[in-house]
Amino acid sequence: MSEVKLVSSKTKGSNIFGLIKGKLLGHNFLLFVTITLFFIMYIAGLIIYKDKNFGSTQVFLNLIISNAGLIITAVGMTMVLIIGGIDISVGSVVAVTCMMLAALMEKAHVGVVPAILIVLLFGMVFGGIQGWLIAYLKIQPFIVTLAGMFFARGLTAVISLEMITITNKAFLSLASYKIYFPFGGTLNRKGVMVYPYIYPTVILALFILLAAFFMLKYTKFGRAIYAAGGSEQSAMLMGLNVRRTKFIVYVINGVLATLGGIAFCLNTTGAFVELGKGFEMDAIAATVIGGTPLTGGVGNVFGTLFGVLINATIETFVSFQGNLSSWWSKIIIASLLGFFITLQSLLAMRKEKVNTSRAS
Amino acid sequence: MKKTNSIKRITHIPLFLPLVCLFLVLLVNLIQTPSFFKITIQNGVFYGYIIDIINRSSGLIILAVGMTLVAASSGGADISVGAVSALCGAVVVAMLGTGEAYQMPYVLSLLFGLLIGITCGAVNGFLVSYLKVQPMVATLILFTAGRGIAQLVTGSFILYVKPEQFGYLGAFLPGVPIPTPCFVAAFVVFFTWLVLKKTSLGMYIQSVGINSKASRLVGINSKRIIFLTYIFCGVCAAIAGFISVSRTMSIDANNVGLYVELDAILAVAIGGNSLTGGKFSLVGSVIGAITIQALTTTLYAMHVSADQIPLYKAVVVIIIVALQSPVIRKWYNNVTSKISHGHTAKEVG
Repeated sequence: MSEVKLVSSKTKGSNIFGLIKGKLLGHNFLLFVTITLFFIMYIAGLIIYKDKNFGSTQVFLNLIISNAGLIITAVGMTMVLIIGGIDISVGSVVAVTCMMLAALMEKAHVGVVPAILIVLLFGMVFGGIQGWLIAYLKIQPFIVTLAGMFFARGLTAVISLEMITITNKAFLSLASYKIYFPFGGTLNRKGVMVYPYIYPTVILALFILLAAFFMLKYTKFGRAIYAAGGSEQSAMLMGLNVRRTKFIVYVINGVLATLGGIAFCLNTTGAFVELGKGFEMDAIAATVIGGTPLTGGVGNVFGTLFGVLINATIETFVSFQGNLSSWWSKIIIASLLGFFITLQSLLAMRKEKVNTSRAS
Repeated sequence: MKKTNSIKRITHIPLFLPLVCLFLVLLVNLIQTPSFFKITIQNGVFYGYIIDIINRSSGLIILAVGMTLVAASSGGADISVGAVSALCGAVVVAMLGTGEAYQMPYVLSLLFGLLIGITCGAVNGFLVSYLKVQPMVATLILFTAGRGIAQLVTGSFILYVKPEQFGYLGAFLPGVPIPTPCFVAAFVVFFTWLVLKKTSLGMYIQSVGINSKASRLVGINSKRIIFLTYIFCGVCAAIAGFISVSRTMSIDANNVGLYVELDAILAVAIGGNSLTGGKFSLVGSVIGAITIQALTTTLYAMHVSADQIPLYKAVVVIIIVALQSPVIRKWYNNVTSKISHGHTAKEVG
């Protein structure tokens, strides 16, 4: 009797906390942590690098400019993680995209638009094959995409072992085409008004982000992705075509990875075999830090944007510091990924515990 | 009916796949270079293609043994082995220094390198077993960061070790005609086999891989078993790193153990082991590792660049894994005999 009382009082006590926790405990909590972390880091940057002009609008915009490709790729990764999969081939796909673009334009003298279309088609086919193996042959996604990773890296080397620098005029003018803001300008040392600018890739990245957001939230297909990721069996019983949904997600992911590669290539205007190494980790880290768990069924592309921004801020810190090896940013991002994975699995375990205690 | 059964009996021999693969690769080599199997003695040591392949495959065999256990227990793969090899090698070289004599006792630095390997394995194992993170993602962290830390240890330089004794591990002991790595690999395989056979650890690993929940219910500490296999994999990666560093007498953190994780996974897959956990065969993995090395040597002989090789291996991986996939197996079973067997996908795959 007394035991029953004890238990009931215990649950009552946790109810008060539960209300607050319930709001924070879910995946919103992770997004909240991420956004807070970004603002803390940004404010810390403002204080530490005050003399290096960290607070200027342009430095903030550079966070997005230099990572437009990462945003596009991470949006695809978010969808893949929501459906409960993983794709570690994106770094190599970025490399092969750049190499193909460079080779098509420099060696085969193809125009910019056809070259881009060919590369996008390649991404679609590549994503399609991976998706087919994962969805229809039911091979674990990590094995398939690991093989894809090495396949794409090898393909890059097959196309050319030497670095190719892009000299195509149309491509270069597209790469350096600046869109100036009509406001927020600052006077530079010569007294000339300098307006902050962005590149077209930023607009593309933000457009894709918005499109993915609306697709995931308001379309039938988007909801099917969440359903299939949450529980494949339930989704199937509801009459959703889980296999086709998975397949299409990987195709979209393949296209977005190549699109990210094109944006990446516009930044580097050259291609070499080692390009984009570790990029897959950046994309996964941005997504996971942005509050999309690896278990599937949950996630938000706006969280991913903040994940990318955190990633970019760390890189900016390392480059502003000047004397640090660029490996540091990789190590810090990797440890941050480890931290967030730990946090997520602890939260998931806690939730499971709460659920089982409620059920009993 | 009887005929199909006999075909089936042959294809269901456990080591059918690895042996056929090895045979095919060796056959291609024999056609290309007739002197393939010739072994001569030069400067008091054995010399020849076969010796070279066995020598080169030693590191891979060691990695494959670790990877086999990881795949068997957790149904995943440790993709950080290459980076961990590089890191352990970097630590050993950094401790020994680049002077004419060692800065520290050789054994002490090796032990410290092993400790780093154990630590890396423990990090992976903790994430996979206790925090239930997918193995691939958990090890992806060290896959990227490990090489970065190795770069920091070496200061992004290629460091050379001068004392001649350092090369013994990767080449020949004075007076012994067989390459040292072969002994190391043989020792690791034998030791592992002994531990798995003489204790119940091997059975535990299999049962955890087949169903970790059921294993827990019969009293096996599933989490600890998975944790231990990752630590073991870290140790294997460290040993492979030592051999690779000793072979070149130098550490290049960018290139030690590059692409080796794919080779190790491929060796496990060719060995007839399921990558989704459960039953495993060490011998299969060893044969798989030798097959992969023979394939690599063949590709080199065909003037394929080291950077291009992953392309071909990736295709082989996909074909093998696709053949193992439950969907294809089911289809194959339906074709060979119209009788549906009571096997579950797990037992067959």
